[in-house]
Amino acid sequence: MNAPQSMSSDSWTVAGRTFTSRLIVGTGKYKSLEENAAAVEASGAEIVTVAVRRVNISDPSQPMLTDFIDPKKITYLPNTAGCFTADDAIRTLRLAREAGGWNLVKLEVLGEAKTLYPDMRETLKATEILVKEGFEPMVYCVDDPIAAKQLEEAGAVAIMPLGAPIGSGLGIQNRVTIRLIVEGAGVPVLVDAGVGTASDAAQAMELGCDGVLMNTAIAEAKDPVLMARAMKAAVESGRLAYLAGRMQKRRYADPSSPLAGLI
Amino acid sequence: MTGGLSVAAMLGELGLDPRKVAVERNLEIVPRGTLGDVAVAEGDAFEIVHFVGGG
Repeated sequence: MNAPQSMSSDSWTVAGRTFTSRLIVGTGKYKSLEENAAAVEASGAEIVTVAVRRVNISDPSQPMLTDFIDPKKITYLPNTAGCFTADDAIRTLRLAREAGGWNLVKLEVLGEAKTLYPDMRETLKATEILVKEGFEPMVYCVDDPIAAKQLEEAGAVAIMPLGAPIGSGLGIQNRVTIRLIVEGAGVPVLVDAGVGTASDAAQAMELGCDGVLMNTAIAEAKDPVLMARAMKAAVESGRLAYLAGRMQKRRYADPSSPLAGLI
Repeated sequence: MTGGLSVAAMLGELGLDPRKVAVERNLEIVPRGTLGDVAVAEGDAFEIVHFVGGG
């Protein structure tokens, strides 16, 4: 990762696709599709995660996400949220690929409803099969540097460790392991899940992550559009701080004004 | 489901835009290009999905 000459040239690339925004936002939990679209706009995100669900055949005319967030302008990243086995996740993504026509997807295989913690055995199994089928999976995972490496070896195009449980808003619980994953990865690393407020997003970027993925932190804010703006600024600030290289910490004070010439 | 109908025609009867959905028939994807060729048979199980808001 080299420092860019200017912020405008600071981009990141996943599976051959280059993006300027390092913020990926979810499209769940919003009060309305209008609010959702406004928040995506304010966030500056170029990628949104979407779910794959049955159509409502009793009311086929109800408004659709694609009417509000244009898939030609914003990259839809189909997600397997709600899948608890590799088989379910693979089946969901095969349908997603047919619906959308692209191979870049987000894989998450959950272990239990209470914590929504990833089931890494099933996640790794699904990653291997998806890669064989030509998918480019960005993979949600535990904040475990060894598991992250195994996913990368299996062909994950991005590693997306949780900062804290999905929807918890607790912020990054283990900065040490997130940093270890970043240092060990040859593919982009994005903190996915657990971000609660802007400082959490900035912290992920300060740790050297390539990006941050969030949904609830924006959707459940009192003012989602304003929080989307805050997250955009936080991700950019954190990224700039990472590139700038922070000062060393000291245990004691060091005066900012010169001691020479003191009266 | 009535026999002889194509999957594309079935989607039309349901009021669905084939460009916005994906169809699985008996656990196999029906590629979009073949929706008009594949006939709906008695006892077929379909999943018809689309993208919705999610995290």
